[in-house]
Amino acid sequence: MDSQEKRIAGSKQFKDLLAVKRMFIIPALSFFLLTFVGFVVLVAYAPKLASMRLIGTVNVAYLFALLQFVLGWTIAGLYLMASEKFDRLTKDILAQTDLVQTELKKIDAPRGAGE
Amino acid sequence: MTISLAVFLAFVASTLGITYWAAKRSRGASAYFAAGRRIAAWQNGFAVAGDFMSAASFLGLIGLIALQGFDGIFYAVGGFVGFVTILLVVAEPLRNSGKYTMGDVLAFRFQPRPVRALAALSTLTIATLYMIAQMVGAGALVALLLAGSGIGYNTAVIGVGVLMMVYVVFGGMLATTWVQIVKAMLLMACTVVLTALVLKQFRFHLLDFFAATSRIAYHQKGVWVVKDFLRPGLHYHPPHGALDLLSLSLIFAFGTAGLPHILVKFYTVPNARTARNSVVWAMAVIGSYYVMTTILGLGAAVLLGPDDILAHSGSNMAGPRLAQVLGGDVFLAVVSAVAFATILAVVAGVMISASTSFAHDFWINVIHRGVERRPGESVVVARMAALAVGAAAVLIAVALGPGSNVLILATLGMAVAASANFPVLALSLYWRRFTTAGAIAGLTAGLLATLGLILVGPTVMGIDAPGAVSHHLIQARPWFPLENVGIVSVPLGFLAAIAGSLLSREPAAEAKFDELSVRANTGLGAERASG
Repeated sequence: MDSQEKRIAGSKQFKDLLAVKRMFIIPALSFFLLTFVGFVVLVAYAPKLASMRLIGTVNVAYLFALLQFVLGWTIAGLYLMASEKFDRLTKDILAQTDLVQTELKKIDAPRGAGE
Repeated sequence: MTISLAVFLAFVASTLGITYWAAKRSRGASAYFAAGRRIAAWQNGFAVAGDFMSAASFLGLIGLIALQGFDGIFYAVGGFVGFVTILLVVAEPLRNSGKYTMGDVLAFRFQPRPVRALAALSTLTIATLYMIAQMVGAGALVALLLAGSGIGYNTAVIGVGVLMMVYVVFGGMLATTWVQIVKAMLLMACTVVLTALVLKQFRFHLLDFFAATSRIAYHQKGVWVVKDFLRPGLHYHPPHGALDLLSLSLIFAFGTAGLPHILVKFYTVPNARTARNSVVWAMAVIGSYYVMTTILGLGAAVLLGPDDILAHSGSNMAGPRLAQVLGGDVFLAVVSAVAFATILAVVAGVMISASTSFAHDFWINVIHRGVERRPGESVVVARMAALAVGAAAVLIAVALGPGSNVLILATLGMAVAASANFPVLALSLYWRRFTTAGAIAGLTAGLLATLGLILVGPTVMGIDAPGAVSHHLIQARPWFPLENVGIVSVPLGFLAAIAGSLLSREPAAEAKFDELSVRANTGLGAERASG
């Protein structure tokens, strides 16, 4: 294996990056998918509750459907904010490799090279 | 109907212009397969939306909501949720660690030839199902819209096939992307105007609008009924309705993240950060679109009524008919042309993902072990594959005829993606112990389980009442009770992948995991943008 990748994989910084990402992604995805399953279960198994009207004739089921969109957008927004930190940590990791040099060389290389 | 034709021809002319421009700029494999990886975030967001929102999400969905109320709205939510999975799990690592296809990610850790061959097989299966569904839809649509013009179903199918081949063969991914961007914008503009026209009928009082949707009167099996269209249960009801809905929700949650024509879009951007931003753009476009379609579907139920919709050429035409009633013949023409453009853009996207997988995964990497015998061979092979796949899809769509069930084919494609592609892709990115045997088991089990269960389920098997227009292929009681097979096939795909891994040991694949993980998370060694 490329020693550089091995070195990064074993580094504390990389493990921290994975941990920070995991801290966001696992709860966010589980929460979103569970609310979606909750929505489906409610609609499928509790039609009475789902048909309860809350605002005018608008019922729980339709509001829950709209909530899924709002939740999805909110999670996307939070993820964009959290990923600022991921990108910063990634940059720190890459700065310590000799990658910067190799990548710079690649940019200087003629276009289409390596295709 | 001549206005419709004129609007449509204008769209075709501009897309051919795009193709000409793209063909002049496309040099080399990464230009052809990945648009040179230079697509910006907002552009890719619209392109993904244009790639994903098919005729089913426009014509099909509005009709479904107009006839089944809330049970149709479920599909609108479902179409959206998969993008959260894409955002959090798939898009960035995929961009960082692959070149053109999902097969790249698998081949990085596992024995490349078997996993690429299977990945190409499942990609081509999904693509074929999707493409036939879209082409049958396009043919039926044109036959209805241009009924007076002498353009029939077969001509329309061939026309779509030829146009799509021109986009893909000459313009590659760059042309496909821009056709999708233009289509997504047109579709959004139409939807916004149509939504405003519906709400204007209620002087933009939303509660008045929803009050009207709570008392829809129509004939059901000859009996006059009044129903609340926001109440769930008009379509999915006991004994299996609830399980069917759960099953469908599994397919939605994971299927989109396994669709090859969506996955390839993340190789067209310069880096993982752009890939991430482009998913958020796509979520903004697709989400707001689906929220509006709930208004359009319910609006069609209120303003036209289910009886009128069924009397006027079926549920798929509810949207265009709403446009005609509210905006007159000119607006109908525009909406119809946009519906057709929608199909064209999706078919081109599916087509290029199929030909990329065939050329890159199967031809170059499986048959010729990763060596191009001539420079540029992969692009030549992809172009020929596009011609072959396009011709095959045209022939099958003509043979099946306008009456075939489009929804079954499209849902089937999504189910294969959720049960075969997604488990294997996710496990190879996140599970160290995953092995070649596991990947092979997962892909095979997911693919076979989905196809097999559909074959013995109520969509294919059933006893039609005497005198009814027969629509079941096998006249027998179904062995599997559910229309949607995801509740069995998705766990089966995961379990087979996990079992196959635990029953084998592959130190090389475990060792490669660290390397893949570093690449996927940092972008080290990722493919760069090129001219």
